[in-house]
Amino acid sequence: MKVLSIAFNTFRENLRDKLLYNLLIFALLMIGSSLILMRLTLGEFHRLILDIGLGSINFFGVLIAIFVGIGLVSKEIEKKTIYTIISKPVARFQFLLGKYVGLSLTLLINTAIMACGLLAVLYMQDVPIHAVLFKALIMIVVEFMVITAVALLFSTFSSATFSAIFTLALYVIGHLTPDLKAFGEKMGGLGKTILEGMYYVLPNLDRFNLKGHVTHQLDVPTGDLLVIGAYGLAYTAFLLTLASVIFQRRDFR
Amino acid sequence: MNIDSEQIITVHHLSKIFKVGFWGRRVTAVDELSLDVQRGEIYGFLGPNGAGKTTTIKMLMGLIYPSQGTAHLFGQPVGDRAAKAKVGFLPESPYFYDYLTSREFLRFYGHLFGLLGSMLEKRIDELLELVGMVHARDLQLRKFSKGMLQRVGIAQALINDPELVILDEPMSGLDPIGRKEVRDLIVRLKESGKTVMFSSHILHDAELLCDRVAMIMKGKLVACGLVSELIDHGTTQEVEMVVDRLSPEGIEALRPLAMKTVLHGERVMAILASQRQVDDALEILRANKAKLVSLIPHKASLEDLFIRKAKGVQQVVEVHA
Ligand SMILES: Nc1ncnc2c1ncn2[C@@H]1O[C@H](COP(=O)(O)OP(=O)(O)OP(=O)(O)O)[C@@H](O)[C@H]1O
Ligand SMILES: [Mg+2]
Repeated sequence: MKVLSIAFNTFRENLRDKLLYNLLIFALLMIGSSLILMRLTLGEFHRLILDIGLGSINFFGVLIAIFVGIGLVSKEIEKKTIYTIISKPVARFQFLLGKYVGLSLTLLINTAIMACGLLAVLYMQDVPIHAVLFKALIMIVVEFMVITAVALLFSTFSSATFSAIFTLALYVIGHLTPDLKAFGEKMGGLGKTILEGMYYVLPNLDRFNLKGHVTHQLDVPTGDLLVIGAYGLAYTAFLLTLASVIFQRRDFR
Repeated sequence: MNIDSEQIITVHHLSKIFKVGFWGRRVTAVDELSLDVQRGEIYGFLGPNGAGKTTTIKMLMGLIYPSQGTAHLFGQPVGDRAAKAKVGFLPESPYFYDYLTSREFLRFYGHLFGLLGSMLEKRIDELLELVGMVHARDLQLRKFSKGMLQRVGIAQALINDPELVILDEPMSGLDPIGRKEVRDLIVRLKESGKTVMFSSHILHDAELLCDRVAMIMKGKLVACGLVSELIDHGTTQEVEMVVDRLSPEGIEALRPLAMKTVLHGERVMAILASQRQVDDALEILRANKAKLVSLIPHKASLEDLFIRKAKGVQQVVEVHA
């Protein structure tokens, strides 16, 4: 109940964020742009539309997750709005969870809007729509959940700018973790240990990327989907727990 | 430590050290502070700017952690959620979500206490009425003046019908009428059995309202006790007496009682050191059939105590509570 109130209020607050609309409009323009692109490109255009569409949804969603996410907590502390909330019978982790759920809701709705844009484009261009597209969209949302949790974690102890940089860096590295492992294998010795450690600790974001399956119309078994989803949720839970532990010890001054 | 059930707030050797700047310079904001607030009283928490009032209150509300010492609300360590459910809190120059209207704002805080539905709506109406904000119930907070914010801030602090109300500078930003209203409100809270602690550097308000006060400076307690006794013990309270037609013997009798006597024709002005001499002096007048023109207590106030303390009287005036 308390968590939901905070979540709903966060959602309302997000809806007032101009950045959100700007990013959303850009995303829709990108997705729509494939309407023009296609006419210039001969052949392979189905693949291109899907590639640009899913890529845009992912990219702009991540931007929203990061740039709205980093302000979630730090802004409350800066503006001192947190004083009246934490002094109520609300545990600090409930506050964090509420903020998190609120932004997740925002992202879910944004993704739905962007997905509708993509579906409209696909329909107009007579691109066949397969079930794997929806599976890919779900995995994109799971990735957003992880990224949001990362942004939230950083924002519990560092400034908005640093949080943004850290989260972006983690997003990039998170998509390169298989390379980290491969690279470590080649290096051997201490480098191998460190890179392998990073491979296991950092989120393996590439697992959530099903774009290749969609463009090549390869289905993903539901079992695999569940495993990846469970991985995302577990990682999110881990990040939120860590964020709560740090947040619990903070002075709001 | 012995915490009895009538002690609503218990603060024991509480300290807070802030580390500021790049080098982590240590600033002691609250220094070994001990105090207690009893059920049903209005407790004034006084001190000049930067004394550590807000810091202490933030520790009581679990917003910052003490460096040393302990603080309890309702016998529970601060931060305990069951205890917080019985507390209302107004922060200093309050900041709220400014895109909400008064009603939405109060509804949000009601939800945080698990209040719902028509009961909550009724409570919101009552509170808007109480703080005189009915006219602005559907106005967004960002369109509010400072005083209006202060009022909805107070309403917010009362949403859960708290047993203990902690207000940080509740009168700040209010016009004289608003201040009077807040004073009346605090008195009404006390009458309905609530305990109120408020901080202020406006001593006049504290003097009118408080049962007891604590005065802090540079994070240290410098005086605490009943307002009346603090004024008696900590300050002198002279009485100026003007008399006509007092016989020379009468004047001689009066002299030892007075700190100073001035003769001006028929008229005598005597400054008595305190109210304790007044009865004896009146006895002399009556015996001499003199005429009392005026009897004016030079009212000493918390202000005097405050100023004396500020001048460096560091020893603690401890008056039995
Ligand atoms: N966040 C902070 N970081 C560092 N020092 C602080 C911080 N907050 C307060 N202080 C210091 O602690 C001391 C007490 O400040 P506090 O705000 O508690 O005073 P106050 O009694 O509430 O004053 P006022 O009447 O102006 O509200 C001051 O010296 C202040 O500089
Ligand atoms: Mg203050």
